[in-house]
Amino acid sequence: MTSESKAAPRDADANQAPGESPAPSVVDRLADGLFQLVLSPFVEIGALFTVLWQTLVQAVRPPYRVRLLLASAEFIGVGSIFLVSLTAFFIGAVLSLQLVDGFRDFGAQSQTGAVVGLGMARELAPVFTALMVSSRAGSAITTELGSMRVSSQIDALVTMAVNPIQYLVVPRVLAGLVTVPILTLVFDVVGMFGAYLVGVHLMGLDPGVFMERMRWLVDWDDVRQGLIKAAIFGFTIALVACRQGFHASGGAAGVGQATNRSVVQNAIAILALDYVVTAVVIGQGL
Amino acid sequence: MKRLFGGMGQASTPVETPEARADAVQIRIQDLHKSYGTHEVLKGLSFDIRRGKVNHIIGPSGSGKTVLMRQLVRLESPDSGQILVDGVDWATLHGLTLDRMRIKFGMVFQMSALFDSMTVFENVAFPLVEHTSMSKQEIRERVMDRLGILGVAAAANKSPAELSGGMQKRVAVARALVRESEVLIYDEPTTGLDPLTTQTVDELILETGERFGVTSIVISHDMASVFRIADRITFLNFGRVEATGTPAELLETLEPATLAFIKASGVSQDILDERSRNG
Repeated sequence: MTSESKAAPRDADANQAPGESPAPSVVDRLADGLFQLVLSPFVEIGALFTVLWQTLVQAVRPPYRVRLLLASAEFIGVGSIFLVSLTAFFIGAVLSLQLVDGFRDFGAQSQTGAVVGLGMARELAPVFTALMVSSRAGSAITTELGSMRVSSQIDALVTMAVNPIQYLVVPRVLAGLVTVPILTLVFDVVGMFGAYLVGVHLMGLDPGVFMERMRWLVDWDDVRQGLIKAAIFGFTIALVACRQGFHASGGAAGVGQATNRSVVQNAIAILALDYVVTAVVIGQGL
Repeated sequence: MKRLFGGMGQASTPVETPEARADAVQIRIQDLHKSYGTHEVLKGLSFDIRRGKVNHIIGPSGSGKTVLMRQLVRLESPDSGQILVDGVDWATLHGLTLDRMRIKFGMVFQMSALFDSMTVFENVAFPLVEHTSMSKQEIRERVMDRLGILGVAAAANKSPAELSGGMQKRVAVARALVRESEVLIYDEPTTGLDPLTTQTVDELILETGERFGVTSIVISHDMASVFRIADRITFLNFGRVEATGTPAELLETLEPATLAFIKASGVSQDILDERSRNG
């Protein structure tokens, strides 16, 4: 357990006695700024992996906080169903609209169901679900933990001999790991419904052909690929959000900045991981 | 007071009389150093915390009070030096032993640090739920007892956000005391409070110390409060101990400039004269 903050607390300027430390020169400050710029991504990655390691260690240590896990799953999973469904419906609908319009030029509109299904299962469902969960739940997690940090609630946990990583981070990370794949399945179903509605009822595709082509091209391996990605995304979203909130500093402004970093880092992580996982799963591109 | 971990870490000392024990050193801080990067904040602090007394640690902003507090509750570890609690250097403890030692300490944070996702009752019950096998009924009785003693039983089902600053302080004290801590640390307990609430918090610190027999450590720069209730005062300046002792001893040893600082902080000459006479 590491509850130590590397930043000096608020009255840490005890050595500001007159004449003790000369002000650094402009060149020194410039060099220092450049060094910090180069170093900061490594510091960020190091901090994230430290939290990851602590989370893995604390996840297997009792007590197992099932009630907190369920509460986190309810917040991340159940609370995101509406947003994910809404996104899925419109993504499926617009994709169907574009594909029918595009494929019609060379008489391939019958492939719409297949292409939507494949794209949805492998890519769109896990990526869009993760982005939505990151926006809604990830930012909220960072804000909550950041507020707890700056109001000393996390320190209070430590002084009461409660490991804050185990109490605050482990339930949220496990909840992300479990609920984002489930939300991805919801995205698959609702997205296909949106695509079917537009393709068949608005664009005049044959319903039998739409479904049959989809069944022909999309199989369980495609869905599984999406679920593997979703699990990795869910774990990452919660971990990044917790790490940013857990180490927030600087009052309300600091919490805002931490939330901003959390959303940006999660978006980048989701897109980068998507490529890496895809390349690993299909065995090429790395 | 019943000791939760009575035998743990006690130095082997001869049998003490109650009076001697009451005046005994509970925490000894020896040559404590702490730096952040190149900033040395604590520069070799050495002083004692007396058992059962109200021990104030004072000093201007930037003197290292909060950094010292974070070492005292082991939120951070010192770079060098020792914090001996009943003879055990608790900077060297880890794991379960460290957690057991933490039970001896209760902490009342400056902003109370109550969990805003819980009610007042749940906040106070939290240490018992986490660390004991007490039944729900036993927990309820203990929590309501502490809330009753501190005069906030009626707020048990409210959320912390619904309480005034003074009431939040009382709930924070109840939470710190619910596991029968031996040492209570208050971080700037009267900062930002109005004079009437400040006086109430001062009385609360005194009453809590007397009723539960706990050692109180109060980090503060509210000089008026300090000279009203302190049994012992340690004055920090630029990360060093400027003076330590009873209020009377302190008033004798302080430089004229420091005395002027104390008077400028709102301490009346009457209080200083009274503490000089009575210690």
